[in-house]
Amino acid sequence: MIKSVKLRLAIVLASVFLALIYLFPTMGGTVPDWWGKIFPTEKIHLGLDLQGGIHLLMEVDVEKAMHASTDRMTDSVKRMLLEDKIKISEVTQVDTGTVKFVLEDANELERLQSFLEERVPAWRHMSSQGPIVIYSVSEKEQQRIERLALDQAVETMRNRIDQFGVAEPEIRVQANNRILVQLPGVKDTRRAIDLIGKTALLEFKLVNDQFDPAKISVAELGENLEILYEQTRDPETNAVISKRPYVLEKKSLMTGEYIANANVRFNSQFGEPYVSLEFNSQGSKLFDQITAASVKRRLAIILDNNVYSAPVIQERISGGQAQVSGRFTAKEAHDLAIVLRAGALPAPIRILEQRTVGPSLGRDSIRNGFISMVVGFLLVVVFMVIYYRLSGLVANLALVLNLLFIMSILALAQATLTLPGIAGIVLTIGMAVDANVLIFERIREELRFGKTPRAGLDSGYGKAFLTIMDANITTLIAAIVLYQYGTGPIKGFAVTLSLGIISSLYTAIFVTRLVFDMVSERRPLKKLSI
Amino acid sequence: MQFFNSDKMNVDFIGKRRLFMMISAIAILVGVASLMVRGGLNYGIDFAGGTMVQVRFAKAVESDDVRQALATIGMGEASIQQFEGDEAHEFLIRVEKSKSDLVGLSEEIRVVLDQEFAAENVDIRRVEMVGPKVGKDLRRQGMLAIVYAMIGILIYITLRFEFRFALGAIVALAHDVMITVGVFALLNKEFSLPIVAALLAIVGYSLNDTIVVYDRIRENMKGTGKSKFVNIVNTSINQTISRTVLTSLTTMLVLISLFFLGGGVIHDFAFAMIIGVMVGTYSSIFIASPVVISMQPKNK
Repeated sequence: MIKSVKLRLAIVLASVFLALIYLFPTMGGTVPDWWGKIFPTEKIHLGLDLQGGIHLLMEVDVEKAMHASTDRMTDSVKRMLLEDKIKISEVTQVDTGTVKFVLEDANELERLQSFLEERVPAWRHMSSQGPIVIYSVSEKEQQRIERLALDQAVETMRNRIDQFGVAEPEIRVQANNRILVQLPGVKDTRRAIDLIGKTALLEFKLVNDQFDPAKISVAELGENLEILYEQTRDPETNAVISKRPYVLEKKSLMTGEYIANANVRFNSQFGEPYVSLEFNSQGSKLFDQITAASVKRRLAIILDNNVYSAPVIQERISGGQAQVSGRFTAKEAHDLAIVLRAGALPAPIRILEQRTVGPSLGRDSIRNGFISMVVGFLLVVVFMVIYYRLSGLVANLALVLNLLFIMSILALAQATLTLPGIAGIVLTIGMAVDANVLIFERIREELRFGKTPRAGLDSGYGKAFLTIMDANITTLIAAIVLYQYGTGPIKGFAVTLSLGIISSLYTAIFVTRLVFDMVSERRPLKKLSI
Repeated sequence: MQFFNSDKMNVDFIGKRRLFMMISAIAILVGVASLMVRGGLNYGIDFAGGTMVQVRFAKAVESDDVRQALATIGMGEASIQQFEGDEAHEFLIRVEKSKSDLVGLSEEIRVVLDQEFAAENVDIRRVEMVGPKVGKDLRRQGMLAIVYAMIGILIYITLRFEFRFALGAIVALAHDVMITVGVFALLNKEFSLPIVAALLAIVGYSLNDTIVVYDRIRENMKGTGKSKFVNIVNTSINQTISRTVLTSLTTMLVLISLFFLGGGVIHDFAFAMIIGVMVGTYSSIFIASPVVISMQPKNK
């Protein structure tokens, strides 16, 4: 322990000064311009449960991404095999990441193997039986593809959220292909989920008008045709009102990856919103080819397997522009333009957990938390003065400083204050005086043994110190475990509890000791008010 | 002011240890029995999965009317809980159905309430949806957290004291957790994430008390090497009881404040803590140290 009272006083005053500076932006509201140049301007960060907002936990279906990636690879292998004149009667992905080859001539097995080894080293030969050869994507490659899909999904979501305009969103990758998104201040859950969770895979497919979608049989559909629907939804309830089927050629001619820009426009006739698309140069060329080859046919514009429209191609389109129309509200068109600009998610996502807190509840929580803090504080403070008299007053000073330090560290570390976090602070008020109770009880004991006030103080602090340490470190262990395992608001509880414990060690031991020393330094203590 | 005078205090806590162990055993058994009778804890949506919507109406609304409105979309089974006191126009609607499209569920509830209670200005205050998969994960994580906290504590106390002390502390902690959980089972109160946080805080708190007693035992063992261990323990408990009770009191003061004024979410958390602090105080006096004595080799 530092001997000099002056030095200790300087340390305490400096720490209080620093704490006040860090708390000023939170307490004072507006800070003057010059303040920001010298001092911190960060306020205490409020959790979603206090300021309102949306918390979403999503799972990326990486298996789908894996499947799609293997499909693409299989297609290009097929083409390469044709060029190399290895005769194959079938190449299919039989299971995600597992590809089956059927050789026309079983004797060509070795040629196939050496070909694949050279061209697709990430594929592993699993088994072969006569003309049937099974290959599987290596574990490492699977992990790489899954990781890529996850990163891409996060990137796309971040893009969309940024364009939507949310202040301080949080997007984090978690274990098991999960993504956590927190959107403070956002109220419209459905809209947020649509915006973030929409795969937004835009495809152009030709309509096959030879068949009547109402009568076509599964056999007639075969491998190359499919039926997709144009759904009309009630703008209020989002329920599907009507469904109109289309027979489409399965092969998608073009996807949204060539979109350079997407904007909301309004139909000049009825003022209905639609989204106009601009393709990049590569996309323009492709679109030009597609439209040139299929004049007078209908081209369906499909988003996530929903047909939006299927206009007839009147003439070849070389300007690199297209439009997606449907019965949008202006909001929907706005959001659709965002997702098309930001690009498609590499795989569909599933919402695992969703928590939305409205701003009114957040405000009530802050008020309730604050009131219970004040009342709890007053109860403890009054009790301490009644029980320990002047010494109780010293402990109360420590308590006030403790609260000040907890708050300022929250602001300093930009930790998040949640409702359970406030409960943690209130709990700390009750528990932090424990250190002083320990010390004071010990001092009383020493005094009863007939020690002088000065000696009683010294041995009281001395003997209680280790006990306080041991007792608090174990509580800290529990708090740290809670921080590791807790989610969201609960983490906030672990944070304030830990901060409260650590700062109470400083205030209840260091600060109160200083006060007693300062008093006894002036004149020797005859009697201790304890 | 003084509640206890530790000079004159000399209660034989250790001598009556069998009585207290019986009391605790009965309390734990009651908890376990109610768990079995009820077929497990009443898990909130955090752990069971499901959807919860908290709504507030500007005017008084009967919970039966809310139920009828929900019945029109096939959710008549939902549990509807009305808030007490000045939050009387507020309801908590919980649907356990672990439908795959839980996202749509809360939306359906919102739409139907908006339609049926247009005059009462529905305010959707909170929506929570937890998928069954996440619920299972959270349940496992909660369990793990408590187990890991105990292991960490076991190691720390073994390092600072002796293993038998650590064992006594862990027995006391398990005792506190089991009784608190038992009370939740007995009253069929909802068991949610904040309650797990409360359990960990109880673990930390109860330990705090226990360590203070242990520390005194260790100190007294150094001073009076010749006294019998049992007597040392008894003296130590008597010497520290004043502090143990005082700290519990101040903690209880803030918990009562949280319980009555903290609002919905905090209410149950504070309830768990109140039970835990009472049980924790009891266990650090009557359970933790007697267990250490039971660990004592007979010849000492």
